[in-house]
Amino acid sequence: MRQAIHVTVNGAEHGYEVEPRLLLVHFLRDVLGLTGTHIGCDTGQCGACTVLLDGRAVKSCMVLAVQADGAKISTVEGLATKGELHPIQQAFWEKHGLQCGFCTPGVMMATVCLLADNPTPTDEQIREQLEGNLCRCTGYQNIVAAVRTAGERMRASAAAPAGVPAQARAE
Amino acid sequence: MYPAEFDYHAPTALADALHLLQGHDGTVKVLAGGQSLLPLMKLRLADASTLVDIGRIAELRGIREDGDAVVIGATTTYRDILDSAVVGRRVPLLVDTVRQIGDMQVRSRGTIGGSLAHADPGGDLPATILAVDAQMTAAGSGGTRTIAARDFFTGMLTTSLNEGEVLTSVRLPALDQARTGSAYLKHRHPASGYAVVGVAAIVRLAADGTCQEARVGVTGAGSQAMRAGGVESALQGKALDDATLADAASHAAEGLDLLSDPYASAEFRGHLAQVLTRRALAAAVARARGGPGA
Repeated sequence: MRQAIHVTVNGAEHGYEVEPRLLLVHFLRDVLGLTGTHIGCDTGQCGACTVLLDGRAVKSCMVLAVQADGAKISTVEGLATKGELHPIQQAFWEKHGLQCGFCTPGVMMATVCLLADNPTPTDEQIREQLEGNLCRCTGYQNIVAAVRTAGERMRASAAAPAGVPAQARAE
Repeated sequence: MYPAEFDYHAPTALADALHLLQGHDGTVKVLAGGQSLLPLMKLRLADASTLVDIGRIAELRGIREDGDAVVIGATTTYRDILDSAVVGRRVPLLVDTVRQIGDMQVRSRGTIGGSLAHADPGGDLPATILAVDAQMTAAGSGGTRTIAARDFFTGMLTTSLNEGEVLTSVRLPALDQARTGSAYLKHRHPASGYAVVGVAAIVRLAADGTCQEARVGVTGAGSQAMRAGGVESALQGKALDDATLADAASHAAEGLDLLSDPYASAEFRGHLAQVLTRRALAAAVARARGGPGA
């Protein structure tokens, strides 16, 4: 039996009837067409499907769409504003925080959450908080450098003080 | 991967959840944070014809002080626990444990009650729940009852919760007394993050510095978490030097039905239980000497 859900994704409201077994990641990709959220391992290990659910980083392959009813969701598509890269995206580009890029949307969304929690993380804290995101290309050095750089820029920038996209900041 | 089809209910009152758990044909399961259940259902290792999601029941979530204890609602997330100043001050052992569970994303969704009711042998919380002598409260159609931690875990993935019962809260006696220290240490499985072995230790010193009381819980090593009674009695009344701690820790695997898998043999798990017990005791003793609840 399908169930009605209402969610706000990257600031836009959506109402759909979905099967209870539909996973949030499939709702985002297949129903809303937001394919920036990737499916990697599909077993809750790799973090490629990380999105923000009411401001907290979650693995969307381990959440049912019906559990997200009423929630505010942020995906990688919501990071850039008016064609301007988010400071986290800019830092990943400049610091070569990716090679193939498959894990990158999830890593960046986890970064939004970790920098909102702690705007001045040490490298060790960055590695701890990104433990749920696996990258098979980079060896993580440049990912950590990108997160560090993004944090520095976001602290310096009055425009995005906590680094949380507008729809998550409303929480 | 999708789970098999199921009916889904998300009641907002506990009474409605308990009603839904009665009188269903087929398999009814309780869904809390879903960080254990949903992956298992996707792999078709668990199935349910009906899921009752208790995540929207406000009375099951939250942290409050109750005299000499902290009471945590079953659907309180790990993240909520880490953010709680009350838990940090009064039951630092729980914070020490929760920060080592899963990863940031899992801690956003995973709940204390969901983990305990699932009773994974590699779960971290059971060691700590046993060591603090927590009390679980469960609600069923016949009312509520309290279950001591020692009586809660009954085997691999099995608890003393009855069909149709819901774990509603966990009551943890506070550890912020004088000369009391605690620590949780684990050997983390490199892929899954579960505890290959995890040890929670609490040490209370007498005024003369000897051991007044030690309580040790071991998880991961065996098919269910257990208190290490041999370790505890070996410390009673002793001066806590390194040799005494090492001698006591040698009893850590006694009575455990040691698990074995391709990553860690029973022999390795038994060894880890001893090593981690010695280290957890040493850390707890150092904190007990350092100040209250440290």
